[in-house]
Amino acid sequence: MINLETPRKFRAFVNQAHQVAAEMLRPNSRRYDLAEHEYPVELDMLAAMVDGLGASGTSSGAGAAGVRRTAAGEGVVNGSNLSSVLSIMEMCWGDVGLLLSMPRQGLGNSAIASVASDEQLRRFDGVWAGMAITEPGCGSDSANIQTTARRDVDDYIIDGEKIFVTAGGRCDAVVVWASLDKSLGRAAIKSFVVPKDTPGMTVERLDHKLGIRASDTATLRFDNCRVPAANLLGSPEIDADKGFAGVMQTFDNTRPLVASMAVGCARASLELTRELLADAGVEIDYDRSVHFQPAAAAVYLQLEADWEAAYLLTLQAAWMADNGKPNSLQASKAKAKAGRAANDITLRCIELTSTLGYSEHELLEKWARDSKILDIFEGTQQIQQLIVARRLLGKTSTELK
Amino acid sequence: MSLEERTHARDRGRRDAIGVGVALLNRLARWRTIDRFGLRKQTERVVFEATKTGFRTAGALSRSFSAASKLSKPSRLPAARGTGRFDLTPTEDQQMVVEVVKEFAAEVLRPAASAADTACTTDPKVLSSSAELGLSLIEVPEELGGIVTERSAMTGVLVAEAMAHGDMGQAVACLAPAAVSTAISLWGDETQQATYLPAFTGSSVPAAALAILEPRALFDPFYLRTTAVGGRLNGVKSLVPRGAEAELFVIAAQLEDQGPALFLVESDHPGVTIEAEPSMGLRAASLSRVILEDVPAVQLGTLDDYAECVRLSRLGWCALSLGTAKAVLDYVTPYVNERTAFGEPISHRQSVAFMVANIGIELEGMRLVTYRAGSRAEQGLPFAREVALARRLCTDKGMQIGADGVQLLGGHGYVKEHPVERWYRDLRAIGVMEGAVLI
Repeated sequence: MINLETPRKFRAFVNQAHQVAAEMLRPNSRRYDLAEHEYPVELDMLAAMVDGLGASGTSSGAGAAGVRRTAAGEGVVNGSNLSSVLSIMEMCWGDVGLLLSMPRQGLGNSAIASVASDEQLRRFDGVWAGMAITEPGCGSDSANIQTTARRDVDDYIIDGEKIFVTAGGRCDAVVVWASLDKSLGRAAIKSFVVPKDTPGMTVERLDHKLGIRASDTATLRFDNCRVPAANLLGSPEIDADKGFAGVMQTFDNTRPLVASMAVGCARASLELTRELLADAGVEIDYDRSVHFQPAAAAVYLQLEADWEAAYLLTLQAAWMADNGKPNSLQASKAKAKAGRAANDITLRCIELTSTLGYSEHELLEKWARDSKILDIFEGTQQIQQLIVARRLLGKTSTELK
Repeated sequence: MSLEERTHARDRGRRDAIGVGVALLNRLARWRTIDRFGLRKQTERVVFEATKTGFRTAGALSRSFSAASKLSKPSRLPAARGTGRFDLTPTEDQQMVVEVVKEFAAEVLRPAASAADTACTTDPKVLSSSAELGLSLIEVPEELGGIVTERSAMTGVLVAEAMAHGDMGQAVACLAPAAVSTAISLWGDETQQATYLPAFTGSSVPAAALAILEPRALFDPFYLRTTAVGGRLNGVKSLVPRGAEAELFVIAAQLEDQGPALFLVESDHPGVTIEAEPSMGLRAASLSRVILEDVPAVQLGTLDDYAECVRLSRLGWCALSLGTAKAVLDYVTPYVNERTAFGEPISHRQSVAFMVANIGIELEGMRLVTYRAGSRAEQGLPFAREVALARRLCTDKGMQIGADGVQLLGGHGYVKEHPVERWYRDLRAIGVMEGAVLI
């Protein structure tokens, strides 16, 4: 039966996440936006709470690890992929930067949850993992990475430089993408869990950014960095058919998460803008023709409509993952729509609220800075469009570049 | 249906949740036996010249409506019970219904679309086939001769979407009577239900139309110039589907100083004049103005019901836009792959491929937002917000998809060899249209 409401069994849990966002993230939002690179100590307590939620079993999918796919059972399932996006939406309604800084909830954790073996999952339990893909000379064309991993008996030796590693300074380990053999192209790209105390791995610097300043973004260097072979995620074989697909599969799971960050951030802007518009005497009427409402109300309705589409596309992608349906196309649609809608919504909310939106008195200007990254990381808008186009048109990456 | 028959129907056991699928399949079996390829030439029936702006005629009522036996109180469909789970899977009944309607849309509506567009009318055979399918019964309770025992707005959305994938203009012509039967089921009192619904559940479904629009700029359905004073209507309604054939109208008018409401009007009163109003698109729906001069009318439902009617009608237009926008996507996809320029398929260029991607992305968004509105309506949850957002999205993105559809075919999109120019014209109706269809 078609029903697009928040599942009944998740309502209490979503409300809980909302309370946390309202009472812990929001009050610290501006502080860590201004104090870039200062560690948000409040998060340690929060992370312990999220761990508790996960361990209790009743709220599985409270965080990044919720994307692990389990075999689909009988009937329609509302599982941890869906609860993860719902919880992340609430947290990002609070603060995207702080969500990204939540210990043990990194994108690397999602990658581990997506592709790790059961043994690895146990071994890396409780580890806070960042994700290191991008390099100075290689962004969206991740098949072209230059970082290498050489096999040496029971270890791999990693050499290279990674940039834009979210939580790279603070996390316990990073999931590093490296090539086993550059001459073999994308099939040779594998991901490795590298603990931060591994000799040869250094945090070179932290970036100063447009937004999500509460989250640290690091440049990492790997110089003769030796990790156990057992830290390679997935199969060590270089399989031309599915090698790269293995690491890319992570994205099917993480793109809905990033889409949900955009949905949460944009909702924050919409809600506050609606209050400020009401103070200015503009009420939104869903029944009356927009031609008879103030232009601001008409704009608001348009933004809210885009938001609703982004929200439901995100839930769809997560629901498909929970039900064992291939969701690559829908994950990219969700990421594309949510990324661009959130950026547009947060920017136009500033225009609607004038000086209140632009000044630091309110958080609207911050949300408009934060949202920009959500249309970039985990695959830019353009990459999502490329993926969607290839799928719809049945094109390979050599045909449609 | 007589009281005896009704009792008998009840004895057979009630259909569970929605027995629509089975009921429709039964009808499909009959429909398949009808010669659906020997569509008659349009010229046989065109008396009213729907292609000529301003061509006038009188109302078309040829039967008399009278209450046979009525219930002691009006029959009302209860809201569907939700499962509490997020789910995008249609019920088995809905899947069956959609399969049937898809087949009808593909085999009957699509091939007839171009001719119907030119003739400004939908072939009577198409109309009778669609009536055979039982499209006007989807919201009529079983105890009144319909096929449902609870609200089935989501089924209505899926049906409208599937119909419009064939052709939006003919879909509107086919669904117009259903708007009236649905309105009477949802808001009619026991006398109105007993008087009018038997005609819609019988073998010859009358043409009928729900008329809300009025001819003026900045039209708002909550500020009507058509008035209902002392039980008589005066005013002009615009873009009414199949106005010249309609035997029964549901007309929106300002009730004295109270607010807008719905009124039932039989079309045989001399104060009813129908005027052809051919428009940019939806031409197969034989759009007309209905001019009302001191026409007696009875109120249908309350002022609150009117607001509900506006929302459910907008939901219908959103659903129609989904079908037509999908038709665009399905058409341009092979086209851009086959069309070559500069030595390779034009789909190998990002400027072309990204347009197709965006059609896919926005259409999926339109669909989900519309489905949410439909599913909330069905479950008896408030849905004004969701309908408003769906309408905004389907208006903007739907039109963009229509425009991109033409653009992707270039000059070929501009000529009538290809259907994209018709879809462009039809998709402009979303955001303009109110009434005419009802979920």
